[in-house]
Amino acid sequence: MTQENGGAAQDATKEAADTAPGAAGESRPIDVVSLYAHDMNIYGDSGNVLVIEKRLRLYGYEPVVHLYNPGDLWPEHVDLVLGGGGQDSGQRIIQKDFLQRGGILRQLAKEGVPMLMICGLYQLFGKYFQTVSGDRIPGVGVFDAVTIGKKARLIGNVVERSRDFGIIVGYENHSGQTFLHGDTKPLATVSKGQGNNLDDGFEGARVGNVIGTYMHGSLLPKNPRVADFLIARAAEHRYGTFEPRMSREARHELDLLDRTAREARDVAQQRPR
Amino acid sequence: MATQTQRRGSLRSAVTTGIGKAVRRAAGMVGGGSAFPGMVVEKIDRGFLGRTLAQLPLGTVVVSGTNGKTSTTRMIAQTLENLGFAVATNPTGSNFVRGVVSSLVRQVDSRGGLHADVAVFELDEAYAALFVKQVPPRYCVLLNVLRDQLDRFGEIDNTARLLGAVAAATTGTVVLNRDDARVAALAGVARSAKKTDYYGLEPNLRPMFPSDDDLHGHVVEDTDEARAAEAAKQAYRNLPATVTLASADRDQAEFLIDGAKHGATMRVSGVYNLFNAAAALAVVRAVVADAMDARGLSPKAERAVKQLRVMAAEQRDETLVKAVSRVTPAFGRGETIDVDGTLVDLVLVKNPSGFRSALQSFSPEGADTMIAINDQYADGRDMSWLWDVDFTSLRGRGVAMVSGTRRWDMALRLRYDGVEPREVTEDLGQAVDRLLAAGPGARKRIYCTYTAMLEIRKHLEILLKVDKRLAGIAGIQRTVERGAEER
Repeated sequence: MTQENGGAAQDATKEAADTAPGAAGESRPIDVVSLYAHDMNIYGDSGNVLVIEKRLRLYGYEPVVHLYNPGDLWPEHVDLVLGGGGQDSGQRIIQKDFLQRGGILRQLAKEGVPMLMICGLYQLFGKYFQTVSGDRIPGVGVFDAVTIGKKARLIGNVVERSRDFGIIVGYENHSGQTFLHGDTKPLATVSKGQGNNLDDGFEGARVGNVIGTYMHGSLLPKNPRVADFLIARAAEHRYGTFEPRMSREARHELDLLDRTAREARDVAQQRPR
Repeated sequence: MATQTQRRGSLRSAVTTGIGKAVRRAAGMVGGGSAFPGMVVEKIDRGFLGRTLAQLPLGTVVVSGTNGKTSTTRMIAQTLENLGFAVATNPTGSNFVRGVVSSLVRQVDSRGGLHADVAVFELDEAYAALFVKQVPPRYCVLLNVLRDQLDRFGEIDNTARLLGAVAAATTGTVVLNRDDARVAALAGVARSAKKTDYYGLEPNLRPMFPSDDDLHGHVVEDTDEARAAEAAKQAYRNLPATVTLASADRDQAEFLIDGAKHGATMRVSGVYNLFNAAAALAVVRAVVADAMDARGLSPKAERAVKQLRVMAAEQRDETLVKAVSRVTPAFGRGETIDVDGTLVDLVLVKNPSGFRSALQSFSPEGADTMIAINDQYADGRDMSWLWDVDFTSLRGRGVAMVSGTRRWDMALRLRYDGVEPREVTEDLGQAVDRLLAAGPGARKRIYCTYTAMLEIRKHLEILLKVDKRLAGIAGIQRTVERGAEER
């Protein structure tokens, strides 16, 4: 996917759909929302969208990516939602629209629509973000979590262990510290780095099929198990089951991507903080 | 301005300088880096920087921004030198305060006297804000604010604030890029300055320079905020600029200065370098205007100013354009090295917008491409930025070699864009050897991060036993590696 403009991204999708490996038979669209692609898309989070698009296509689905920005119409079908990090100004711009969409997002989460929220949107998927000056910015409350703004910035490579996804590698860069409560479970336990906060050694959050995390890197390229989890749940949401239909070329390409990811993961685990 | 006593330096400066120079010699013997003497001098004499620079009749020029600092600094310094001024500068790209102090230690005489008319320093955004607290510059040139090394500065608006501190401390002329809304907005904080000048692009060139927001924006939004931001951006672009880049084709540039068109055949090439030349012209013009009635200039500068004084304004501008056209490319930035008849382009990449513009500037046809990505501290540890660069332009010919500590991150990025890396090799020296051996004679283009570039240059140096220009590189590299280990 290109990051230049929506037109180019859609052209790319269309072009690739025409030649998609394993696309024989009826087309099986999956609607993916890239949430606030303009303002909450820092630190290469568009890499996550790219990975979902590519892998959906390899599995024989047709990704339809909706770049959602404040004031846009909400798409008719939504099977998967991806959100990224932003800086303070970006969070201010989306705030009003985001709270208006809170009801839809909570409803979709309840229906089992998979979501991946990175950094800034992870924080706003909790109950509130309390700034250093003490103001509380309300979130949509999908996670039973609160984030407290601190002076210290937690920055560096992270390696963590997750019961469902094994080792996850990435890079954190945040000054808000997140604390989980109730039914919201951590995504992983940190073995290198800081994670949600300086106290409990946890990183990220998980409720149903919704994942929140501080991991940039981008997350999905080097952690294909997380990508495949999101894809399988999205397919189930749309079609009841996840049934890859893959040509030999598609299998070969996916295998090559995953072998490359393994090499990149091995290196990532060796690098200094 | 500079009295005789100041010119000769003070006793304190003489002592500090003696120690600094001794440290420099000692550090040189054990292979220490370029910033080490600066660290010692900073420790023993905090006033050294301010006192040394206060001697200069035309003061200090600070150059900052995300992209183009080194090239622009070099252009300003060389243009002023070409005109006849004596210039103190930090040409090695050691753009932290310590690096500046180190370069001054090298350039002052034994009594701490600095024999220059003006100083031009490239400063990293965070260090620029610290530097101006010690030395309020007479001029500053603020280039752009793009996503770069966010792991160090936090976020892009914070970077703009750091540059704002530089604009606020400047006492003479603030030069701003009107085509970068975050930079243009800093005019509001330049309260100590006598004036603010803008440089920019003529509208036909704007599509070649996407702003950071353009890079990440997909959709024209229909919200009040978006409309207000867009309106502000347009308003900045309509600000009157003293110098604009009107056309750019490889090494051919046309500048509009005060409405008059000046064409030039430049020694540097590529639209980004030509735009940096416009920035350089804008500040050189302000320096030259002040030099007309400055006192205490070096004899050579006095003679140059005498000639410039009698010229009509347009003729003077033409002289400045000629002087900037003779500037040679900066170290490692778009440099071409001849390795036994094979031309090797070394292209430094350090952030998404820089990588994008580099890919746009060179046609992938007719050259074997190598990409070398390191993640030492000086490169930035976070690999996220690779996912903000579109590599599809390399699909046709592919990528011959991928190397560096994060070679597999790069290979993965390429494969997601449908670009096949033919080889992935850990060792940079081996990678370069294999690249050269694979297609002898065919041009090679190596995109590399900062520390990867240093390693590759060092390797080529051994390969070629090349000219003395490369001599300092081993020292710089050791510093970088040590810096990385410390963290």
